[in-house]
Amino acid sequence: MAAESQAADSVGIVEPQRLHFPEPIRLESGHTLPEFNLVFETYGTLNADASNAVLICHALSGHHHAAGYHSREDRKPGWWDACIGPGKPIDTNKFFVVCPNNLGGCHGSTGPASENPDTGRPYGPDFPVITVRDWVKSQARLADRLGIDQWAAVIGGSLGGMQALDWAIHYPERIRHAVVIAATPRLTAQNIAFNEVARRAITSDPEFHEGRYLENDAIPQRGLMLARMVGHITYLSDVSMGEKFGRELRDHAYHFGFDVEFQVESYLQYQGVRFSETFDANTYLLMTRALDYFDPAREFGNDLTRAMAEARCRFLVLSFSSDWRFAPEHSQKLVNAMVDARRDVSYAEIDSDWGHDAFLVPNERYESLFRAYMNRVAKEHGDAG
Amino acid sequence: MRADLKLIEPWVAPGSRVLDLGCGDGTLMDYLQREKGVVGYGLEINPEYIEECVRKGVNVIEQDLDEDRLHSFRDQTFDTVIMTQALQAVRRPDRALTEMLRLGREGVVTFPNFGYWRLRLHQLWNGRMPMSSTLPHTWYNTPNIHLCTVRDFEALCQEHRIRIKDRTVVDNAHRSRWYNRLWPNLLGQIAVYRVTR
Repeated sequence: MAAESQAADSVGIVEPQRLHFPEPIRLESGHTLPEFNLVFETYGTLNADASNAVLICHALSGHHHAAGYHSREDRKPGWWDACIGPGKPIDTNKFFVVCPNNLGGCHGSTGPASENPDTGRPYGPDFPVITVRDWVKSQARLADRLGIDQWAAVIGGSLGGMQALDWAIHYPERIRHAVVIAATPRLTAQNIAFNEVARRAITSDPEFHEGRYLENDAIPQRGLMLARMVGHITYLSDVSMGEKFGRELRDHAYHFGFDVEFQVESYLQYQGVRFSETFDANTYLLMTRALDYFDPAREFGNDLTRAMAEARCRFLVLSFSSDWRFAPEHSQKLVNAMVDARRDVSYAEIDSDWGHDAFLVPNERYESLFRAYMNRVAKEHGDAG
Repeated sequence: MRADLKLIEPWVAPGSRVLDLGCGDGTLMDYLQREKGVVGYGLEINPEYIEECVRKGVNVIEQDLDEDRLHSFRDQTFDTVIMTQALQAVRRPDRALTEMLRLGREGVVTFPNFGYWRLRLHQLWNGRMPMSSTLPHTWYNTPNIHLCTVRDFEALCQEHRIRIKDRTVVDNAHRSRWYNRLWPNLLGQIAVYRVTR
């Protein structure tokens, strides 16, 4: 029962908030959004001098619901409930935690499924391509509205870690710490290739209608499902899939056909179907493109050291041993550039079998180290607890 | 204060950039940060030590000193590279030493002197691998896989054209007695060197 699982270390029942931003925002692509909404959740209490605020940036398929429950009947808590709550690494007794749904998302913030004020119809494919920089820019506006001049820390895993990195580089005065988990300073050709397969799966679905599926009362569900299936494989590891499914059959015998035979097939299908029922196809295209384009070194002559020299904050960088999507070597490259740029940084490679998804999975060393770091952060605003 | 820290401290310039190879729980870096205003990093492999460094506010980077990745730090990134009681535990002490001086202008190295008279006597008398308070491990389960004497170390430096700027040889409590200085290889338990190119 959900009510029972709302233990003492849960933030409890939470309610999403929404802010309207009437000022236009100029995007990296050169396009301008005339106005936008951001939906977000907050946990904990902002202190008097607004020095204890922490921004959580979500990853590809994430959203603003990072911790707690939306109702008593809610079966599952927010996506990072393992790390956010009273006494957890991001301790809501000490920090005021803000987690927005990113621009272009499909969970309430302005995105491709929102109404285009110019046409009165959904943006669909006309929604401009969004980059990590654009997200950070919109998050800075959110900070302004919440009265937060400087984040105690900006924290994220995967694509969220990239946002934390971008904050450090482009708003050096507005962030004291960046926690960059299971991220990379740029995608490899292999990463982009996987993203491209996912996008092709969506755009080649007959129900996609060049992105105007909403106006055609259609949903490219097959495409989304395939995109999620291929993505999901890259989030896990050979070991974790082996442990979870092995070669287990669905009903103990070969049927010599092409329906679902192995448990792993059934699992992927289930994940794919569930995802395709809740996620917007155009948002998926945007999010994967944002990943592809992310490359903070690019505007600094492809010199990551020069990019990192812009930062003023302290960094904690974490990677996971079995993550082959953004392998530890990518985090190490990032750390080397930070050292080269004389930035304060600590780095650890956490032993885990859970692949890229490890940043969401409870792990004793991960949580303990994360907590130790956040306690240091809390000490700076005089709330060591 | 730990006695070995006091020995190393005068060799580290205020405000300099320091790398501590095998930094343990970060005691040395913490001390140098506070007393000397140095900026730097410790490298460590032990998860508990790494967490302790983070708790202290010492920059720590998870790194196996036996791996080649030290090479990805740029040449002469640091003023001083320190390695306390770890030289004898790496797979290739010669490479570690040359790597130290690639990364930094100066190196500070401390190691247990295997030429200490008691260790010599232990082997001569018992015919077994020596054990002492400095070297408490059994031969089959010890991190110290490349023990050397003061003379061995100096020969290695000569071979690699590494200049010894300073040498202090001390007893187990890091005290430097007159006899340590007279017969360092025979009477010193711990050797502390400052080296450069």
